[in-house]
Amino acid sequence: MAKGTNKNITPSKKTLPKTATGIAGFDEITQGGLPAGRPSLVCGEAGSGKTLFSIEFIVKGITLFNEPGVFIAFEEKAEELSMNVASLGFDLKKLMVENKLRIDYVHIDRSEIAETGEYDLDGLFVRLSHAIDAIGAKRVVLDTIENLFLGLSDKGILRAELRRLFQWLKEKKVTAVITGEKGEGTLTREGLEEYVSDCVILLDNRVTNQISTRRLRIIKYRGSVHGANEYPFLIDEDGISVLPVTSLRLAAKVSSARVSSGIPTLDDMLEGKGFYKGSSILVSGTSGTGKTSIAGSFAYESCKRGERCIYFAFEESPEQIIRNLRSIGLDMTPCIKKGLLKFQSSRPSTYGLEMHLVVMHKLIKDFKPDTVVIDPITNLITVGSASEITSILTRLIDFLQTQQITVVFTALTLNTLIKEQTDESVSSLVDAWLQVRDIELNGERNRGLYIMKSRGMKHSNQVREFMITERGLHLEDVYLSPEGVLTGSAREAHKLQKKTEEILLKHSLIRKDKEIERRAQELQFRIRTLTSEFDSLKEELNYQSVEGQLKKDVLEANRKELIRLRDSTRNEQYVSLNNNKKNKGK
Amino acid sequence: MENEQTWELRLYVAGKTPKSVTALKNLKKYCETHLQGKYQIEVIDLLEKPQLAEGDQIFAIPTLVRKVPEPIRKIIGDLSNEEKVLVGLNIVPVTPN
Repeated sequence: MAKGTNKNITPSKKTLPKTATGIAGFDEITQGGLPAGRPSLVCGEAGSGKTLFSIEFIVKGITLFNEPGVFIAFEEKAEELSMNVASLGFDLKKLMVENKLRIDYVHIDRSEIAETGEYDLDGLFVRLSHAIDAIGAKRVVLDTIENLFLGLSDKGILRAELRRLFQWLKEKKVTAVITGEKGEGTLTREGLEEYVSDCVILLDNRVTNQISTRRLRIIKYRGSVHGANEYPFLIDEDGISVLPVTSLRLAAKVSSARVSSGIPTLDDMLEGKGFYKGSSILVSGTSGTGKTSIAGSFAYESCKRGERCIYFAFEESPEQIIRNLRSIGLDMTPCIKKGLLKFQSSRPSTYGLEMHLVVMHKLIKDFKPDTVVIDPITNLITVGSASEITSILTRLIDFLQTQQITVVFTALTLNTLIKEQTDESVSSLVDAWLQVRDIELNGERNRGLYIMKSRGMKHSNQVREFMITERGLHLEDVYLSPEGVLTGSAREAHKLQKKTEEILLKHSLIRKDKEIERRAQELQFRIRTLTSEFDSLKEELNYQSVEGQLKKDVLEANRKELIRLRDSTRNEQYVSLNNNKKNKGK
Repeated sequence: MENEQTWELRLYVAGKTPKSVTALKNLKKYCETHLQGKYQIEVIDLLEKPQLAEGDQIFAIPTLVRKVPEPIRKIIGDLSNEEKVLVGLNIVPVTPN
């Protein structure tokens, strides 16, 4: 991977051939490792990790790259060395039996040596040459060659011989590491840096505020670009891990996949889908606002999806967190048993900030989680300044992004001072920022959650009431009333009031319905009466008109009868004449 | 008593370099003078037997090692200073009358 990075950066230029050391992180910062076939100087004070660096260079060379190595020890016997590094899981004896490793202890005891006349270090050359040839070594370590100066008094000869030795090592085409102890005002006591001019690495162990941090710096690397910063490194049961301070590029892959926050109602606020995978989320709030609960439910949800999660706790022990999360209905123990969840609790003051970063880095590399929780980042302020935290977080976020790991940080906003310092500076780094606030109203303290920002999505702009219940977390829908957003019992009261109003309204509606029905019935009744009245009137009128007609007919008939009766008293002729007239008329 | 003991001396060299030749010549001279008849010199050429270098902890050439009498003493260099060699090997000089 390291070699690949190297190629990417200088694709066209011919670079110095390099030998990967296999030391975690070191090959990244040197873009490939140590100069191949040349000697490099590793210097530092006593106890700075020089011997460990060099032995790891040899062992990793054998185990990872199948390059046999020779270790010339001037300080420790082979057995002592094996014992010392056995705790790191390096089995030197096995490697020696397999003919991959040669340890040659050069013992120099001034008391049994006298010098007279001219000499050279051919004996050392012969031993080295013999060891290299016997196993076909590609890597050589001389630890610490300056011990020669303690045993021999003729410095003139020694200097000339060392110069010859380094030249000889180059001719042998072995990649060599020479260690040297730091001197007064110089990198090494005897000025070895004058002879080994290709690559000089300084190891340092500084104590600030009673916290020691190991640092590594590349002072010189001829013919190669290299990071000039001080890189913190860690020595633990797996050896050395160096942490690259900053990656130079902002070129991390991005994903449009989403991961749930573990709180469905919160997901709803984020387009209903949750956060982007590989993004960084900051949850800030005053104490007791439920930051850990949010972080916990995020971790829980991620384990439920079958993803791996590391929970870095700087405030509480794992047991405490598990107990507390159980109270809101999240049982983390099965996740831990399945190996999906890992708690890493440490006091901020355990190490310096840099070391915290190295430890996190290493754990993340080993555990390969999909999600990471850091709870809370603000506790780290006890071991570093705000600007240091920002720098640490930048690097951490950067690293997590390249690994496509979603991370949730919690931050405590104590007062304006810390708020200004941490939140503001961190805010530009994170992709999403949730703020949990206290809302004090009507003698109550409720929690309100809102999304300060969420890059690349349409998120809700509303303040939601954040509820912590024994069945988990959820956000209560915005409750708008004429007086504004209501929370807590004010919201409940308002809800009750509304409910009452609803019942009353329903009741009055029923009454109105009944009224209408009654009115309708009444009207119908009246319509029926009127119709019958009308009918009788009509009948009456009909009757009258029939009666009139009858009267008229009867009168007519009577009149005719009278006429007939009167006419019959006249002559018959007249009657017959009258009858003829009548017939004609028909 | 000490006079009865045979001195076992080893001279480590790496090829026939001028320094080695000088050292061997000097050594022989001193032994003939002071330890006549009771010494053995073994010359080990490390170019031929490099594996022997480790046993006597040789790193400089030439190195003279006094194996017997014990304790082991080492003298490195071309042995050009007789006095230093004699002191280094703890040889009681035979003063010529």
